[in-house]
Amino acid sequence: MSIKFKKDDVIQNTVYDVYENYDESKSTVEDIILPERDKDKDPILDIRGLGIDFGGLTAVDEFTIAIGRTEIAGIIGPNGAGKTTIFNLLTKVYQPTRGTFLFDGKDTSGMTTTQISKMGIARTFQNIRLFDKLTVEENVKAAMHEEVNYGLASGIFHGPKYRKQEKAAHERALELLSIFDMQDLADYQASSLPYGAQRRLEIVRALATNPKVLLLDEPAAGMNPSETAELMNNIRKIRDTFGIAILLIEHDMSLVMNVCEGIAVLNFGRIIAKGTPEEIQNNPAVIEAYLGKKKEAK
Amino acid sequence: MKMKIKNGRLSPYTKNSIISYGIVIIAFVVVSVLNGMGLVSSTLQGQLVPICAYIIMAVSLNLVVGISGELSLGHAGFMSAGAFTAIVVSGMLEASDMPVIARFAIAVVCGAIVAGVLGFLIGIPVLRLRGDYLAIVTLAFGEIIKNIMNIVYAGVDSHGFHLRANPDLGLEESGRMLLNGPMGATAVQRLSTFTAGFVLVLITLFVVQNIMNSKQGRAIMACRDNRIAAESIGLNVMKYKLMAFTVSAALAGMGGALFGLNFSTLLPIKFNFNTSVLILVFVVLGGLGNIWGSIIAATILTVLPEVLRQFADYRMLAYAIVLILVMIFTYSPKIKNFTQNFMENTFRKKDKKPEAEGGAAV
Repeated sequence: MSIKFKKDDVIQNTVYDVYENYDESKSTVEDIILPERDKDKDPILDIRGLGIDFGGLTAVDEFTIAIGRTEIAGIIGPNGAGKTTIFNLLTKVYQPTRGTFLFDGKDTSGMTTTQISKMGIARTFQNIRLFDKLTVEENVKAAMHEEVNYGLASGIFHGPKYRKQEKAAHERALELLSIFDMQDLADYQASSLPYGAQRRLEIVRALATNPKVLLLDEPAAGMNPSETAELMNNIRKIRDTFGIAILLIEHDMSLVMNVCEGIAVLNFGRIIAKGTPEEIQNNPAVIEAYLGKKKEAK
Repeated sequence: MKMKIKNGRLSPYTKNSIISYGIVIIAFVVVSVLNGMGLVSSTLQGQLVPICAYIIMAVSLNLVVGISGELSLGHAGFMSAGAFTAIVVSGMLEASDMPVIARFAIAVVCGAIVAGVLGFLIGIPVLRLRGDYLAIVTLAFGEIIKNIMNIVYAGVDSHGFHLRANPDLGLEESGRMLLNGPMGATAVQRLSTFTAGFVLVLITLFVVQNIMNSKQGRAIMACRDNRIAAESIGLNVMKYKLMAFTVSAALAGMGGALFGLNFSTLLPIKFNFNTSVLILVFVVLGGLGNIWGSIIAATILTVLPEVLRQFADYRMLAYAIVLILVMIFTYSPKIKNFTQNFMENTFRKKDKKPEAEGGAAV
């Protein structure tokens, strides 16, 4: 089965006409609103015409945006629009059928998930994926395997190098957990945590890999309004403390409109609008994608 | 909601390690004392070294099945490689005037190295598979090792060491056959002692438990718990699975060496599929990932057939029934809850119990 739709149907309505103007050689920085402070620097993520087909189904097509070094950007769109697929493309869970993306100016074609993670892209998952049987602290420490770099021999004999690095890892894990006030939960088994805490732990684990870009897949899912408000503050706090870019997928509009500086709206795998929260809110294409087409007034 | 909490300042791993070492050391002291008083029956005496060997096998298999989360059915193959390597090495060193302990140690180390290398080589293709497929292929490799041992002939004479796939080694008259194809090894000098077994069990526990409580152990368990998440944080899943598999194979080789040097005759057929399954039963019965559980299960299930000898022909039937009953009782939720509550009430100080943030509300 394949979903067919005419390219032009969508394009007519877009504010930023990325498809027509798309040029391989040219940097795409102008294509998205970068926050003022990031304008003079190269974008951390420069995504160029990314697309993937599953059999006959085009899940994502011509996805082109650039993300600033300290930007908080959001991807929104109806269910099945291909938002999570984009995260899977950015972390190389899937290899793209078309297009590529530059991370920190480097082409990422043909890289594996592990390599991408080492370069500095970390993510959380829509359906929580923790290391259930490890403790909270171990979940975080497992992600610090680049800093904790003793070999198997040290791992077996627990020598001075082991003790020094484990102590440092323990302190850093608690420090990271304290962002979300979770340091007291360090010794609990990850699967025994309440749902909200599990979501927060996933973010801490992603941060423990020292990323330059953090991808959050529906971080507010299942959270109540007060938890969501707290999450908003924490997202800003993470950006300010670590100076990293954050790209998030979210259905909670209050969160997206409040924290994101740039937003891309996705429908049927294509960007139908890009811009600042204000621009997106007033965009007819977005309103149509979410609420359906308005009948012609007589 | 049940929580796994540090008991005082001990982490769960430290606590479990102490239990494991405690069980082994206490058992060793008790058995040694009883033995000194002449209270241990000769049947049980003969079982002491095999028990140690099976504990090593169970604990090492637990590293793959429980901690790395991959079902392996070829563990007896590595045991076999270790056993026959150790027999050959100790046979070659027999002529030298080395002390027995040194000969035994060299033989055991060689057994572990050969099995470890074999584990590494087999692991590279095998660990690309998952689940049932991996189990079936490890089973096949276990059988391959057994069948190779069935056609290997080795001997030593003044010209040195001979290794062929046929019985005609062209040995001198003074030469000695070490491996005799399907007849296995004969006239092996019995070097294994209960003390040696005890030391090797401690080494195994040391290696496995320290790995569990290290960066490598965390990575191995992370790959087990969630492969996709492990990749997303940059862990090389294949590398850590291979690490667990290789260390496990090397330890199994050590256990095999201990086992092989305990009998004057050893047939390759001993290390067949049944032995692999037997070791797996120890691990499953003791609890996946539970080291001291493996120790107790290996001990009980090795002694049990001897204890059940009075049932004569019905011995293995009784063994099976006991096994089923133990499985049912160990894994019944009621009994699990009871033991958990019992442990909590006995060992935990109540004021140490931290409250979950927002309770258990989801």
